[in-house]
Amino acid sequence: MVNDPKEEWENSMKKSVKDPRAGRISRRSVLKGGAAVAGTTLVTGFPTVWAQNLKDITLNHTGMSYSTLPDIARQASKDLGFKVEMSVVDHPGLINRMINDPNSIDVADMEIWQTKIAVPQGVIQGIETAKVKNWDQLTPLYTEGVFAGKPVSREGDAPIEFIYLDSTDARSFASDQTGIATFVPGVYNADTLGIRPDLVGRDITSWADLISEDFKGKAAIQNIPTNGIMDAMMALEAAGEMTYSDKGNPTQEEIQKTIGRLIELKRAGHWRALWNTFDESVNLMANGEVVIQSMWSPAVTAVQTQNKPCVYQPLKEGYRGWGNGLAMMSHLDGLKRDAAYEYMTWYNSGWVGGFIAKQGYYSANPETAKANLTPNERGFFYEGKPATDEITSPTGQKTNSAGDVRDGGSYEERFSNVAVWNNLMDEAEFLYAKWNEFSAA
Amino acid sequence: MTIGGGSGRRHPPAFRLSENMNSRSTALPYLQVTPLAVVLILFFAVPVALVLVVSFFRYQMLVGIVPDFTLKNYADILTNQTNWRLYYSTLKFAVIVLAITGVLGFWISYFLVFHVRNLVTAIALFLVCTVPFWTSNIIRMISWRPVLGREGLINQALVGGGIIDQPIEWLLYSDFAVVVAYVHLYTLFMIVPIFNSMARIDKSLLEAAIDAGATRWGVIWNVVLPLSKTGLALGALFVVTLVMGDFSVVTVMSGGLSGSAASAIFNDLQFLNYPRAAANAVVLLVVVLLIASAIFRLVDVRKELVR
Repeated sequence: MVNDPKEEWENSMKKSVKDPRAGRISRRSVLKGGAAVAGTTLVTGFPTVWAQNLKDITLNHTGMSYSTLPDIARQASKDLGFKVEMSVVDHPGLINRMINDPNSIDVADMEIWQTKIAVPQGVIQGIETAKVKNWDQLTPLYTEGVFAGKPVSREGDAPIEFIYLDSTDARSFASDQTGIATFVPGVYNADTLGIRPDLVGRDITSWADLISEDFKGKAAIQNIPTNGIMDAMMALEAAGEMTYSDKGNPTQEEIQKTIGRLIELKRAGHWRALWNTFDESVNLMANGEVVIQSMWSPAVTAVQTQNKPCVYQPLKEGYRGWGNGLAMMSHLDGLKRDAAYEYMTWYNSGWVGGFIAKQGYYSANPETAKANLTPNERGFFYEGKPATDEITSPTGQKTNSAGDVRDGGSYEERFSNVAVWNNLMDEAEFLYAKWNEFSAA
Repeated sequence: MTIGGGSGRRHPPAFRLSENMNSRSTALPYLQVTPLAVVLILFFAVPVALVLVVSFFRYQMLVGIVPDFTLKNYADILTNQTNWRLYYSTLKFAVIVLAITGVLGFWISYFLVFHVRNLVTAIALFLVCTVPFWTSNIIRMISWRPVLGREGLINQALVGGGIIDQPIEWLLYSDFAVVVAYVHLYTLFMIVPIFNSMARIDKSLLEAAIDAGATRWGVIWNVVLPLSKTGLALGALFVVTLVMGDFSVVTVMSGGLSGSAASAIFNDLQFLNYPRAAANAVVLLVVVLLIASAIFRLVDVRKELVR
């Protein structure tokens, strides 16, 4: 998916290496470049580390397709004076790379639950929060487990439970807030169901609608066990069919019953499809094969760019939250580690926040992200206001017209309503086995 | 092609020459097979051996493989009902697709070889059969979606023409769609070998049969079919191995609602269970080898090829 821009980027890097002038980049020219950028994007003061050989450093950022974007690497390399490159993998692929080939990654862009594997394995090192210059500005959703003055749900793997370590080489998580972080907060969002408002024919207000008889043969669920089970549990609980003691950590019996119900629905022809990839979910929705389904926010945007009405519908039971964090691999030291700190500070300094907002995601440093959006975009994405002009995707295609209000309301409303977090449950292996039965049924 | 020939009817001169050279230098034939042997060992024998070794390793949740010797992976696979169901569904697809592509392949080849008199036309028509192969597998598969979908060509035509009220749902994301895609993708693998063996049939045999009073069907049944069986067997081998090893067609065309034996392997890889995936690959390999040996039992392909 991102191969082409990435190659293009690498080629341009090769060219610049061959360019005789490239060898004479001075701090002055870098600063000049930085100042030019600052004029438009308010990124200031990078790079703050300076060493003669900084420009020789290449940082590898490895993560999943939704956040590991070549545009970010291009901008970072421009602002920071050293090279940042992106490698895209899928969820199991990231764990696999981190465990089996840790030296091939410098910065791992992990989902929070993935730290439950990486930390005990000792493949990442703790981050000194004092060295991340904008740490104090980061959202308390991550750093304190509080949002808009209220505690955030701890069902599932909430960020606050995994963000702190006792020492840089700790193999388990700290119970208090310390000065050592497992990761620097990355992108995050609150997921819900996507619907086709023109085809559902009635109001959608509850997760129970995913399994409602009204949408038999027109519903889909994601075929990714850890996420699919959450959507299923939200739906079954909302429909009053099941109760869970903790949806973030169901028992074997609860999983068995949930999957049993999913199989019954499958045999009764309820599911039009189970989708595996982002583009499959977009096609199902855009072609009208499915009118209600599990969806990711950028997929909703992608359907909208095809001029099909699609809404990321807020539901009364709340959202399924998820978050990423940038972790530092254990092998980093010296100048390279300084560069990694530099990159992680830059990541939450504004440009990235502005870029990913248009994709429907949020930055851990909302103030700087907002500063990188136009007043129209700021009102639409963060403040729950109607758009005053067209809203475009990061690639410049129109997604919303003037007057549209973002589904789910403001940033505050959205994250005050997270019911459960994406997680790695204790019974994950059991879940995978049962989920296979569902796929094969 | 005739090197392996055991018939002894006619030795080509080259064959004798190499026998003479054998007596001078025993090293030469070994030298001649070395490139192929090296390629086979490096890219076939070693990987298969590695898969076999890993299939006895132990799996640790989401971490991956731990060297060990355990039969747990095989026990898991053989005692798991889901796996049996997946194998059953894959075999079912293989049999259905084999029957359809076999019939199609036979008649298309028959038409090309015996009905088209002009050789140039026959070759041109044969090339037309390969046109779909100028694009990728995925494009050919995905292109069925706008045809079969709920708002696709067929449903729009039927609903628009007033023939039905509601779009037909089972056209896409169903076993039907999977079979359509398989037939579309794999029929050529049937046509090529059957065409090849039919093209070698001496036309005078057909004339002789007709002179001896055979009916048109009698000629096909008693002369053409038996003489095409090498092609049918090779085609069957291609189609069966392709269907048995597939997981993408079945996943995409069934909308994730059906699985295959290979999709069980894919599912295991999703959460890094390499040992069980390897064990499953070994089981699949054994099943496919059994089917292949059954096909070769029915038709002695080697003997037929040197005919």
